[in-house]
Amino acid sequence: MKIKDLFQETNAALTANRVRSSLTILGIVIGIGSVIAMISIGQGASGQIQSSIEGLGSNLLTILPGVVQPGRGIVSSGRGAAQTLINEDADVLKQITGVAYVSPELQRRFQIVSPATGNNTNSTIIGANVEYPLVRNVSVSEGAFFTDNQLRSMGRVAVLGPTVAKDLFADSDPIGKTLRINKINFKVIGVLQTKGSAGFFNPDDTVLVPLTTMQKILAGSDFLSTIAVSVEEKNLMPRVQDEAILALAAKHRVDPQSPDFSVVSQADILGTLTQVTDTFTIFLASIAGISLVVGGIGIMNMMLTTVTERTREIGLRKAIGAKKRDVSMQFLAEAIMLTSIGGIVGITFGWGISFAVSQIAGIATKVSFPSVLLAFGVSAAIGIIFGYYPARRAASLNPIEALRYE
Amino acid sequence: MIECKNISKSYKSGEIETLALKNASFRINNGEFIAIMGPSGSGKSTLMHILGCLDTPTSGLYFLDEENIAALSDDELAAIRSAKIGFIFQSFNLLPRSTVIRNVALPLVYAGIQKEKREEAAKNALNDAAFPEKFWQYMPNQLSGGMMQRVAIARALVNNPSIILADEPTGNLDTKTGEMVLETFQRLHQEQGRTIILITHEPYVAEHAERIIQIRDGSIVEDDKNNHRRIANRIVKTI
Repeated sequence: MKIKDLFQETNAALTANRVRSSLTILGIVIGIGSVIAMISIGQGASGQIQSSIEGLGSNLLTILPGVVQPGRGIVSSGRGAAQTLINEDADVLKQITGVAYVSPELQRRFQIVSPATGNNTNSTIIGANVEYPLVRNVSVSEGAFFTDNQLRSMGRVAVLGPTVAKDLFADSDPIGKTLRINKINFKVIGVLQTKGSAGFFNPDDTVLVPLTTMQKILAGSDFLSTIAVSVEEKNLMPRVQDEAILALAAKHRVDPQSPDFSVVSQADILGTLTQVTDTFTIFLASIAGISLVVGGIGIMNMMLTTVTERTREIGLRKAIGAKKRDVSMQFLAEAIMLTSIGGIVGITFGWGISFAVSQIAGIATKVSFPSVLLAFGVSAAIGIIFGYYPARRAASLNPIEALRYE
Repeated sequence: MIECKNISKSYKSGEIETLALKNASFRINNGEFIAIMGPSGSGKSTLMHILGCLDTPTSGLYFLDEENIAALSDDELAAIRSAKIGFIFQSFNLLPRSTVIRNVALPLVYAGIQKEKREEAAKNALNDAAFPEKFWQYMPNQLSGGMMQRVAIARALVNNPSIILADEPTGNLDTKTGEMVLETFQRLHQEQGRTIILITHEPYVAEHAERIIQIRDGSIVEDDKNNHRRIANRIVKTI
């Protein structure tokens, strides 16, 4: 029996029972469609997290006081508790070749009041130096960032994140206005460009003040909460990370194997978060996979019914010369045809869902070629697996019995 | 040519063994028109299944064109059916959703013949079975019983078989259309020299053959030339 004839027979058999065929296909469409949609949502989410972490600054190393305990991740560091980083550490890091910019930072939360409007908010105040925008990949949309002079002279100036600016001054222009942080007056000299939230930290909801002002006047502390280092090139990251540990350990006179600080690279953060999103993706895909299996059982059910219904036809085909293989191929082809049509429609359907999700819910989705290939492969495999048993049953029918079947 | 030597067939259902066919021996030459006649339960269907290579005998030898088919596998039997045997059934057994021409060409699909040659052969077979051309693209359920049986005859002819086996071909037809079918058999036998084996329980139908084998309780009781041969009415040939 030739492929073309096989195809023609299959086509005739499936169109003979349009409603039943379409309902069976629908099972596969839902299965494949949800697998595609779930994987695309998962992959889109991890892509979004990746880009927003890269948006925090490219080739970034973050040095934190205390020890980031393995397994507990970056969220529960000993931040705030340990006070081991000081301004001179930033100078040491600056000496390492491959380091582009260094941004020592001290951050605290304070109450901020705008005397002009009477609004107040509680936000993160970051004491920073002039390299902060370069390291953290932020830019000023209105006004200007503070200068070296303002840094040296403990200038009482502030650059507002767009969220803070909106909270305090609503729609009026905040430049030149006065605000009161922890009861001390600051003059607004600039507003940052909107960046969007990145996980647990929202760079739009911050206020930047000179590091000196922060340490001496606001916080009364000489220690740093973070030193952010940007590296010239991505491939220099591991070497710079190692050298930073050695240099700081030497400066602090501690064993580099158990330092009193931690160096976290972007890759580490990404690794932790992609692990989370990957687990999430697998979780979603396996739920979708269950519906795929249910669809496959639907195929098997339909094929078994078809074999019973067409017993006489099978008997006739065998009587006029069909071999076992001809019969089993015919029924297998029907199952594979059902799943393939289901697969193609399902991929389109899943694509549609992921597009709708990105449009309506605003979650970035990404339908990747491998996931399409996987879904199609799985649907073809389901056709073979769930079509095999009915096909074998048809092929092994005794022609005499089959011709007598009523 | 068919040669049967002491063919027996027994069926087992549980503990009881029934002997459906006992030591049947006969010879059928090429070009013979033969009727196998017997009441229901006589074993004539069992004999037909063996002659048609749908089943193998429990003991004995069955030579079809000098080939012993008693010990062949299912797929080897299928290949022999495909090449040498044309079946005609009481209930026609046409595929309801395929056109007449596709139904007729179906055996050639399994013989691995090209589509163009299949259609050519199917058209010739339909002409031989006196099936009018205007119904070639019809579906079987749009046809009368007599016409359906002609399609089945054309399907049996299409692979140019050594033997044509007709199992109660007139059983579902009224007398007049049954007569037409028998006329077709006689014509095919006379004009083309086809070997035809007609299985029936009706003496009237059997009398259209040249030779009648009578079977009763699994044994051949009579095998003789038919001296009162009926000739099917030629007037009913054209519809």
